[in-house]
Amino acid sequence: MTEPTPVTSREPILRVRGLVKHFPLTQGILFKKQVGAVKAVDGVSFDLYPGETLGIVGESGCGKSTVAKLLMNLEQATAGEVFYKGQDITKLSGRALKAVRRNIQMVFQDPYTSLNPRMTVGDIIGEPFDIHPEVAPKGDRRKRVQELLDVVGLNPEYINRYPHQFSGGQRQRIGIARGLALNPEIIICDEPVSALDVSVQAQVINLMEKLQDEFSLSYIFIAHDLSIVRHISDRVGVMYLGKMAEIGSDAAIYEHPTHPYTQALLSAVPVPDPEAREHRERIILSGDVPSPANPPSGCRFRTRCWKAQDRCAQEEPLLAIPARFAQATTPVAHESACHFAEEKDVVGAA
Amino acid sequence: MPENTDAAILDGVPPTTQDGTALPQDTRDKARSLWTDAWYDLRRNPVFYISSLVILFLVFISIWPGAIAHTDPLQCDLINSQNGPSGGHWFGFDQQGCDVYSRTVHGARNSVEVGLLSTVGVALLGSVLGGLAGYFGGWLDAILSRVSDIFFGIPILLGGVVFLSAFKGGSVSIVSTFIILLGWPQLARIARGAVITAKEQDYVLAAKALGAGHGRLLLRHIAPNALAPVIVWSTIALGTFISLEATLSFLGVGLKPPAVSWGIDISSASEQIRNAPHMLLFPAGALSITVLAFILLGDAVRDALDPKLR
Amino acid sequence: MTVIDDVSNVPAPDAALAPLLEVRDLHVEFHTRDGIAKAVNGVNYSVSAGETLAVLGESGSGKSVSAQAVMGILDMPPARIPKGEIFFQGRDMLKMSGEERRKIRGRKIAMIFQDALSSLNPVLSVGYQLGEMYRVHQGLSRKAAKAKSIELMDRVRIPAARERVNDYPHQFSGGMRQRIMIAMALALEPELIIADEPTTALDVTVQAQVMELLAELQREYNMGLILITHDLGVVADVADKIAVMYAGRIVEDAPVHDIYARPAHPYTKGLLQSIPRLDQKGQELYAIKGLPPNLTRIPAGCAFNPRCPMAQDICRTDVPPLHPVGTARGSACHFWKETLGD
Repeated sequence: MTEPTPVTSREPILRVRGLVKHFPLTQGILFKKQVGAVKAVDGVSFDLYPGETLGIVGESGCGKSTVAKLLMNLEQATAGEVFYKGQDITKLSGRALKAVRRNIQMVFQDPYTSLNPRMTVGDIIGEPFDIHPEVAPKGDRRKRVQELLDVVGLNPEYINRYPHQFSGGQRQRIGIARGLALNPEIIICDEPVSALDVSVQAQVINLMEKLQDEFSLSYIFIAHDLSIVRHISDRVGVMYLGKMAEIGSDAAIYEHPTHPYTQALLSAVPVPDPEAREHRERIILSGDVPSPANPPSGCRFRTRCWKAQDRCAQEEPLLAIPARFAQATTPVAHESACHFAEEKDVVGAA
Repeated sequence: MPENTDAAILDGVPPTTQDGTALPQDTRDKARSLWTDAWYDLRRNPVFYISSLVILFLVFISIWPGAIAHTDPLQCDLINSQNGPSGGHWFGFDQQGCDVYSRTVHGARNSVEVGLLSTVGVALLGSVLGGLAGYFGGWLDAILSRVSDIFFGIPILLGGVVFLSAFKGGSVSIVSTFIILLGWPQLARIARGAVITAKEQDYVLAAKALGAGHGRLLLRHIAPNALAPVIVWSTIALGTFISLEATLSFLGVGLKPPAVSWGIDISSASEQIRNAPHMLLFPAGALSITVLAFILLGDAVRDALDPKLR
Repeated sequence: MTVIDDVSNVPAPDAALAPLLEVRDLHVEFHTRDGIAKAVNGVNYSVSAGETLAVLGESGSGKSVSAQAVMGILDMPPARIPKGEIFFQGRDMLKMSGEERRKIRGRKIAMIFQDALSSLNPVLSVGYQLGEMYRVHQGLSRKAAKAKSIELMDRVRIPAARERVNDYPHQFSGGMRQRIMIAMALALEPELIIADEPTTALDVTVQAQVMELLAELQREYNMGLILITHDLGVVADVADKIAVMYAGRIVEDAPVHDIYARPAHPYTKGLLQSIPRLDQKGQELYAIKGLPPNLTRIPAGCAFNPRCPMAQDICRTDVPPLHPVGTARGSACHFWKETLGD
């Protein structure tokens, strides 16, 4: 585990500002007419500091996976900027984009679909070198691939095997080796362990932490499992319907949450301990997440919020440190997009 | 949790022991590619052997018809007209007094040639156009889809009569060209669908994230994974193209005498079906067996390549 | 009053406690290309009315396969049940005719699946599919069946049931679809419900709603519930007792409180230690080494021995029986005392 980073003293390695992605909804076959848009990501800003892990949590449809694709330039942003070392990578293409890709890599959720079933493990992990031949001279590649296999804890002799000969956890290790090949600075992990068995999840999480220390990586760790995010993250952002609801240090989010959505989310997490369960308060939200094609006005969470008032429907709350906590010295002073932010410890942390 | 069903783990999980990091080498499943697996399945399927044997025999006699038929199919004697099967002439004689056995054997060549040529043409044209449409999407896809819709709208026999009547001497190349022209849209659709499925897979995204260009994405990642349905459909189509050639020749717009073709023979025999059924039986039987063989082979290949069984 | 009268009038305490379902020494195997995969290798469990049994395990542990065997929905072949008995209300279902089993399925034992979207027919309205249960099994008219469907949708707290009864499955959210599945399972008021990962596909906030609903309805109808899951957290909330499965065997079975407080099998213990806690920021996670075994080549002795930190020679040769631990628990570990102890 990395030490808590003195955040202010360092320059962020990645600055995300006002990121927006709308997927147009069209009608017609040959002559397409736009009839609306799915607002998957609707103005998301955050910073990532060197060597830290930023967790992004949220339920399905909140836009967290789209954020990952936007950061990787796998989707074209509708608006907003992503600065990597001062350069807006959403505007890059061709050679310049390819150069940036060396430094930002990704680990995918599903180890069954993220590896090409027709390629050997050696070809999969070696592909980064084919695309960026300057990283490893041709004669060296086989050795490099075997080193990478060793680094992620797989037998280097498996270089000629195919993905379907491996289990889920082993495949995810292969995916991680591919992500590491180009020696990136940032790795974006989109639900990297959610497809794995419980006993294998811990192995992969430990591996990722080890690699972070070894190669001084920065992670953006996207997941729906709040316990795992807490374990691995230094800072955490909570997303709801395309927006960031609350962002702060791990202690701020888990021990001093001020946004009602975060509180509900935390209280809903089943804890494998019937004793602890009994003195935890549960907030059971009514209803479902509204459609991102037609989000509620004002605060997006108001339709499910027990605190909602007229103001919430009219005025969109901004992501900022709530005025009443601005002077606080505890982690409660963190950014939260709620008009009625209130501290509430739902986890019952020790 | 996708893929986490109990059944998913039953197959394909490698042997495991101590700590997952150092599995013992297992000689049984060393480097098993999906193609190797498919081949393994094929070799255990009797249908594959039967259909392959029929097809190999067919290819053999279309290259060396003389090896098993010693009489010239065009050397006819009206004296023998409509004579039934006999000791020296197992299949009997046709209207013109030609040896039916010899004509059936020699007819294989044209059928196989038309089948192969059209299939190769359709597969190339269809998979390239369909693949590009599926990969790039947008206006290219819209245009290609509309064009293929237009071709779909043409009834194949009517089109055959109109198109082929314009060419007096029906030859193998003309008939094949016609089949390619009307056959590609179907394969293009299959290829397009397969490419769209393949391009949405995470491994394509992963390659994109590494900075791979269109060429690499298409050739390394998409094509190998979209190939299976194209292969299966082509195998089955080969059989249907052979029967299409026979149909066109039967209608008098395909191959024309003096060419030797099962379609021509079936056509002339159909007039005498009550007097001399043997004239129809042998060329029609050869045609049916051939088509069946390709369809069965296609089925066997489909079973072997079906990713659901992996 | 004589003793005999007593027995005949009042249900004897034994009869009241007799389990609704009892699985005895169940074996299930699959014929695969790589050989015979032994998915279930001698499983025993029982559920009484009003009781919730959680069957916990990872993929390949045999938890779903054993439930499918109980439900009688295994594809045979490739599956085969070489051995075992499944008593439902005292009768062995494996000895029943196909017709008899069909009568039990749906009416007496219902099942809820993980993926509600693929379990519902996309071209029929939800009301029609719910009503079908009544029309087919109870011969109700179309109108009466629809009224029943609305009532049922109300029961599982689908808002505006009357207006939504004619909607199609894709018009409902994941949580609502799972409610509809629960409604379908409840329609004929079964005595036992088997829920196979009922909330795994749902979001955390919705998961809590659905689990709560299921538990409530179970109490209301006094049904037996078998909850199949991989999630130790979900289990802690609702189960009365837990059976932990590994490689087709039950390795530990215990009332829910005991298992979390003091696991008696190294596998359970490892699982509990390997999940990160929401309420504590821990150090490095404990990880059970290795991978679950290939079911065609299950290790000799205790199937967990290659991954077990406590394994001794005996573990590599002798299959541990389910040792009684206290009164209501069992652990299939040669060293259960040591596991409990430290």
